[in-house]
Amino acid sequence: MVKFNRFTLDNGLRVIVHEDSTTPMAVVNILYDVGSRDENPEQTGFAHLFEHLMFGGSVNIPVYDEPLQRVGGENNAFTSNDITNYYITLPSSNLETAFWLESDRMLSLAFSEKSLEVQRNVVIEEFKQRYLNQPYGDVWLRLRPMVYKQHPYRWDTIGKNIDHIENAKIDDVKAFFKQHYTPQNAIMVVGGDVSTERVKQLAEKWFGPIPPGEKYHRNLPQEPTQYEERRETVTAKVPLNDVYIAFQMESRLNKAFYPVELISDILSRGNSSRLYRSLVKEKHIFSEVHAYMTGNLDKGMFVCEGKPLKDIPVEVAEAAIWEELEKLKTTAVPEDELTKVKNKTESTMIFSEMSLLDKAMNLAYYELLGDADKLNHEIDKFLEVTPQQIQEEATKLFRKDNSSTLIYLAE
Amino acid sequence: MIDRKLAPIFKGIDNINLLKPEHKELSNGCNIFYFNSGDQELVRIEWIFNNLHFDRTKPLLNMAVNTMLTEGTTQLSSSQIADKIDFYGAFLQVDYGFDHSQVTLYSLNKHLQYTLPVVQDILTASVFPDKELNTFIRNQQQKLQVNLQKNDVVARRLFNKAIYGNTIYGYNAEVDDYENLRREDMLVHFKQMYQPSNCIIVVSGKIEKQTIDLLTIVFGNNWENTGETANTIQSAIETATEHFYFNEKPEALQSAIRMGMPVFNRTHPDFPALQVLNTVLGGYFGSRLMANIREDKGYTYGIGSGLSSFKQTGAFFIATEVGADVCKAAVNEIEKEINILKTELISEEELDLVRNYMLGSLLGSLENVFSHADKFKNLYFSDLDYDYYERYTVTVKTITADQLLQLANKYFSYDRLYKVIVGKY
Repeated sequence: MVKFNRFTLDNGLRVIVHEDSTTPMAVVNILYDVGSRDENPEQTGFAHLFEHLMFGGSVNIPVYDEPLQRVGGENNAFTSNDITNYYITLPSSNLETAFWLESDRMLSLAFSEKSLEVQRNVVIEEFKQRYLNQPYGDVWLRLRPMVYKQHPYRWDTIGKNIDHIENAKIDDVKAFFKQHYTPQNAIMVVGGDVSTERVKQLAEKWFGPIPPGEKYHRNLPQEPTQYEERRETVTAKVPLNDVYIAFQMESRLNKAFYPVELISDILSRGNSSRLYRSLVKEKHIFSEVHAYMTGNLDKGMFVCEGKPLKDIPVEVAEAAIWEELEKLKTTAVPEDELTKVKNKTESTMIFSEMSLLDKAMNLAYYELLGDADKLNHEIDKFLEVTPQQIQEEATKLFRKDNSSTLIYLAE
Repeated sequence: MIDRKLAPIFKGIDNINLLKPEHKELSNGCNIFYFNSGDQELVRIEWIFNNLHFDRTKPLLNMAVNTMLTEGTTQLSSSQIADKIDFYGAFLQVDYGFDHSQVTLYSLNKHLQYTLPVVQDILTASVFPDKELNTFIRNQQQKLQVNLQKNDVVARRLFNKAIYGNTIYGYNAEVDDYENLRREDMLVHFKQMYQPSNCIIVVSGKIEKQTIDLLTIVFGNNWENTGETANTIQSAIETATEHFYFNEKPEALQSAIRMGMPVFNRTHPDFPALQVLNTVLGGYFGSRLMANIREDKGYTYGIGSGLSSFKQTGAFFIATEVGADVCKAAVNEIEKEINILKTELISEEELDLVRNYMLGSLLGSLENVFSHADKFKNLYFSDLDYDYYERYTVTVKTITADQLLQLANKYFSYDRLYKVIVGKY
């Protein structure tokens, strides 16, 4: 149970406070409701590049990191297809420094040309390090455009290609800021050794004067349901063959999310999971095999991935995954097995309460989903799932004509 | 109107309170250290063993025996172990390190009575079935093949080999080494290593009296030493004479760079001071290496330096991956930054920032009861007591720029660094 208090400033900024006096630290987590899905198709990678620029100085404070480190704080951020999330951890006695820094960059950035130039290079190196210079590193650049034909999830957060990042101009940066980095588009969670009263006072002082900005109305092309089998084979400089099978799945807010998450656990969570036990340990088809889902705010992806052993043809490997998926469609999952994955979900949630930052991030994300308090009722949704629902969702999900198969063949 | 150009007043960090463990020695010689704190009804239990002497002819034994502990006992098959652990929502991990190997259980308290006996079984009766061993060998070989395609992994292997030589620290597994694993050797190794006199148990979480009682029965009364003493002495490290290693990858988009040298471990009186110096150079986001090579030049997504501390030795190292076309330029900048540490005093402004950052970071690293247990392990395995963290905070607060300059001259020399480059140069 994660307790919290909640209020909204006049400019629309939502603030959540989680008091936890067991730590001498405080966290400030700010979620901006913007991700790579909000990008122009001709300027992909922008939300993430922008995240880098948020550290390049704001209108009144020339550098962001230094004053924070000076008071014993640390920070980082990440960008996903759906959100951009910034977080600070610092000794609670210096909480105001976090308000000062975060409010100034919500007010306005410095928009320095030098910072843009350097961060373009940094992001290009990130592109190389994580996507191009690694075996299988480009998988999402290949798989996303197979699964999505209309929706902006068809590109990865890093962007479609390096050109888009190279061509970013300062005016584009300014326009992006104006559109998305407003108080009404943000959720702030303050947690740790703090009091709601003090947070209210600091929030009014530092964030209160920021103009509300214009409301961003998201109007994205939705991905039509897939009715065709899609397939691509690439021969690449990789040491082993690799099989990816991706399926379109319902959005995070659809009630199907809960049974589908449990399906991914049944298939792939822990050493007792079906794919590992059957295909790695018993049949010796893969050296590793996994199933997971993206849990996106719009239509997501359910992915099965495995590296077959040397002497196993990829067709055999692919068929073996399908055999396990078919079983979920034809046979009800035994009660014991369902209880097992529910137990694991429950204990994972309890363990995540050990981390202050995890709690703060979760509160912000569930507030974005509609209500931070949903975090505390999430487990009930999982516990309600029946074997019949698992079977129904598996039947909807694991259709050949809902699949996109990407095969890497080792050169 | 507030003045947004003016930073709010801030406070320094005075007190850092570390929780100390309670201790109980069991009748079989095994020591339990426990930290009782937290609101969640859960616990983390670690069984930590010293690795056995590194046998060059059977170099994988420490790692393989540890990794395969969950793969079957006289009572339970691999899949039965997995079923039990997963059913109770627990997490069972095995971890191999250079000095120690361990088994970790994360469990809700209400299920401990079911999860603990599984751990007892794997620690007393593992059998390493041939069928599971073959699977392990195949899968490890494939994993290794993928890793060997990663420049940073190759750089780390070359670096460790150069600074530690043919020892447990410097050894790099090759695909063929796995073929030579024998079940009989593993059984002998297991019997000598996994016994109570070579084990400590560290428990953290919400601990009730019955938790300790249960541990006493399961891992005290019902766990006996084998009579053989575990030989845990490791041979001395052997650093190479060659200091430069270039592994060319003509198609690389980035080059991995790793530089460094053996220094000393946490027990050395200069260790805390060297940590300050390391932080200035490359130990945090605002460090000189990051400020110069990422934030000014844009050569890399990240660069950092660090100090490692092991039982026998410690090392200083710098690691990064940079654009292949700017590799030489990046190497030159690293050299420049090391030389500046030896010739110019660190400004008071920068030093103050680093002091506060390091103290904040220590405070922040004590997130929950698990982190207090982690700090204890650092001390315990270095034979240090809690005074260490007092000395550490005093050093961080009071060391002067002069002392750091002397320290840089005493320990840092660009020419003496081992340098590894994988990619283009």
